Amino acid sequence: MKKSSPQSGVHPRQNKQESFEQPPMYVAVMTYVGYGLVTLFGYFRDFLRAVGLEKCHVAQEREEQKDFTPLYQDFENFYTRNLYMRVRDNWNRPICSLPGPVFDLMERVSDDYNWTFRFTGKSIPNVINMGSYNYLGFAENNADFLKSVADRLQRYGAAVCSTRQETGNLSLHEELEQLVAEFLGVESSMTFGMGFATNSMNIPALVGKGCLIISDELNHTSLILGARLSGATIRVFKHNNMCSLEKMLKEAVCSGQPRTRRPWRKILIMVEGIYSMEGSVVRLPEIIALKEKYKAYLYLDEAHSIGAVGPTGRGVTELFNVNPGDVDVMMGTFTKSFGAAGGYIAGKKELVDYLRSQSHSAVYASAMSPAITEQIIRAIKCITGKDGSTEGIRRIRQLAENTRYFRARLKEMGFIIYGGDESPVVPLLLYMPAKVVAFAREMLARKIGVVVVGFPATPITEARARFCVSAAHTRDMLNQVLHHLNEVGDNLCLKFSRRKHPSRPDPCEETNS
Amino acid sequence: METAPAYHLILEGILILWIIRLLFSKTYKLPETYKLTEKEKEDLIEEWQPEPLVPPVSKEHPAITYDVVTGPPSHKIIINGKECVNFASFNFLGLLDNERVKEKALASLKKYGVGTCGPRGFYGTFDVHLELESRLAAFMKTEEAIIYSYGFATIASAIPAYSKRGDIIFVDEAACFSIQKGLQASRSFIKYFKHNDMEDLERLLKEQELEDQKNPRKARVTRKFIVVEGLYMNTSDVCPLPDLVKLKYKYKVRIFLEESLSFGVLGEHGKGVTEHFGVNMDDIDLISANMENAVASIGGFCCGRSFVIDHQRLSGQGYCFSASLPPMLAAAAIEALNIMEEDPDIFTVLRKKCEHVYSALQGIPSLKVVGVSFAPALHLQLERGSGSRVTDLQRLRSVVDYCLDRNVALTVARYLEKEERFLPPPRLQA
Repeated sequence: MKKSSPQSGVHPRQNKQESFEQPPMYVAVMTYVGYGLVTLFGYFRDFLRAVGLEKCHVAQEREEQKDFTPLYQDFENFYTRNLYMRVRDNWNRPICSLPGPVFDLMERVSDDYNWTFRFTGKSIPNVINMGSYNYLGFAENNADFLKSVADRLQRYGAAVCSTRQETGNLSLHEELEQLVAEFLGVESSMTFGMGFATNSMNIPALVGKGCLIISDELNHTSLILGARLSGATIRVFKHNNMCSLEKMLKEAVCSGQPRTRRPWRKILIMVEGIYSMEGSVVRLPEIIALKEKYKAYLYLDEAHSIGAVGPTGRGVTELFNVNPGDVDVMMGTFTKSFGAAGGYIAGKKELVDYLRSQSHSAVYASAMSPAITEQIIRAIKCITGKDGSTEGIRRIRQLAENTRYFRARLKEMGFIIYGGDESPVVPLLLYMPAKVVAFAREMLARKIGVVVVGFPATPITEARARFCVSAAHTRDMLNQVLHHLNEVGDNLCLKFSRRKHPSRPDPCEETNS
Repeated sequence: METAPAYHLILEGILILWIIRLLFSKTYKLPETYKLTEKEKEDLIEEWQPEPLVPPVSKEHPAITYDVVTGPPSHKIIINGKECVNFASFNFLGLLDNERVKEKALASLKKYGVGTCGPRGFYGTFDVHLELESRLAAFMKTEEAIIYSYGFATIASAIPAYSKRGDIIFVDEAACFSIQKGLQASRSFIKYFKHNDMEDLERLLKEQELEDQKNPRKARVTRKFIVVEGLYMNTSDVCPLPDLVKLKYKYKVRIFLEESLSFGVLGEHGKGVTEHFGVNMDDIDLISANMENAVASIGGFCCGRSFVIDHQRLSGQGYCFSASLPPMLAAAAIEALNIMEEDPDIFTVLRKKCEHVYSALQGIPSLKVVGVSFAPALHLQLERGSGSRVTDLQRLRSVVDYCLDRNVALTVARYLEKEERFLPPPRLQA
């Protein structure tokens, strides 16, 4: 079941590649049955605990404070107590090496069904890492590559202990902002110490009461928090659905604010470059056409797409051949493709000047650490080739090739995967709660670290495993992962796809046709 | 069987015909006077002009041009090319350029690289994070601690994790901006009490108690919190913690203590305002602090009993949805903690120096010192403001420039004028 798209100016490649196949009916039914059973068991266990037949492991309130209003309502924690606790060994797995293409996991066991964990002291070496956001492989500890970072750390210390507007503005920060602006092809940019906080602290500075925010259904929590903190009215349109967006824009401009009918002060459309749970890519040319027609502003969050898509890694604007000046506010993070931490906002000079004076982060939050700034500078120089090597371009090409290969093989094996063919985020649908857990544990036993997500981060029937392909993965590693996926898929009956795929399609043919 | 009388049959027949008519008749619609034609819609779309995305900022706005610092911001700092004694960074214990801290951070860099490439739930938990959490919990003598990757996000994520719509929070007027954002995100009822005024707080608590008695069912599920800071960022004084604890048990409210400035500064061993007053740690429900001041790293943490802290691992937004702290910064923080534990004398040294500076700054004509004598961050305020914030700020800026020329670095305290709830008067921060 392919998604329909409107006729206006669509990039010819887009139509073919995004697919969100629906599973057979019995899968949905079994998923609901699974959740229903687990919930019933939950109620039963709560009853046993209340009666005293089962030991209660949950932490308790202090004796002296027993007559205070309870801090948590019983039903708020129902899900945590009865569903999450039983399977929580699949999350928060601690590692003891760098998060590269392979890593070492700390071995932990539980003697009481996951209520408490104990570290055995040993580690599980060389587990293939399909979970970290290491798209271009900059999570590395090669001494040559890290020399300049080490020098900065030695000279400046670990942190700055001050805000940007006071004494925290190092010349290093200004150099970084210059580089970022050049890299993206815009007039200027500003950087912040945390990606999440970039959204939650700057959206309130841009919009306020009397403005309208139209945001995609599946936007990240940081965008939603920033929108709520701003005080503007929020409306949500269906994920990547241009008809829904156009309808909403038309209605907003024609009817104005809800009760007073005054015209809106501003309309801001918030979308992401690549959605991290779906792997889908935003329809940028269509959104820009709509934005020009209805005079709205566009806020593009490129957390996952900067560095990871596009022929030279400049994100979705390059992927779709769009002028970066058309996007009013370009935001992104340095955590994923650059192997550091922090975020940026880029755009016209007036925008950035305004943010320098009004952003909450510049005034109240500490500046970025100098060593991390240096890492980002180094990474950008590598990607753009300014350091004189072709390492950056090689990594970008490797990532694109790995992505295409991985996706093609998975489809051919018969799994249902979501998202566009360029997106290095590959969600593999598992649907049933028990299979989710079995999958994660089985893959760990075969020394592959995967990330699984279920309700409430995804809709209740669409639990999935999410793979993040990296430029640092070699063909052998990918083949090993695919081989094990094949076996586990057969054992657990995960191959739900009903489409016929030609065996071993040439990845180049698919994208050029 | 009797045959029914004729009029009965006719009546029933009429009723059936009536029902059939009602079923098939068109529904009655109000005339739609508000529906616009397509042409009208297009006209509206053409006519509408939004505001510009950002209002223009004048070139003389003080906040656009930042002072540029070249070189490390340690005791001597190079601002705009001039080398000055640094009275403006929050580097209270001087750990920013401590060699041991730098060594440990370098070792961690060589082992782990720079970033963690993932949130805590998805392979972003490193053994350094776990070690830092257990060390912090041991240092503060609590059961558990949780780390955030950014100081601002710490209290701003912690408050909404516990307090939801319908709950009540009593907070001091001088609360810092991150607390205000946390309160805004929680959507609870906020009641401000005058700065450090326990009588005002008690009055508010009594009023709330009367309301609760009117509606006991609702009161049983409404959670109540008091949020205070150990050492206030905006006024540099200390909160009266023993009185607060008494009020806590009397009116059954929970206390959240924000110790960003007082962690590593107050108390004999640097454990903060609880040690300073000798209050039992268990009496405070949640202590939150950021590691960007005394500890000279980046990030923040919350500590308390497991019952309280564990909840944030699934519902703290800045924890679950954001990448974790880079390991070298965590290693730097661990080493800073080591130094703090080995050498408690540095706190006495810091306190002496603060008192010295405080007494030396008294008696400067037309500038008054705001804050307690042992606070490491003081505010210098104009004794007589001119009435206009802009002129005051300009005068203060000229004081700062004068000092910079004589190689002493101070800074004007920065506030977002439109966003702060209770705007403090313009002042310098030292």
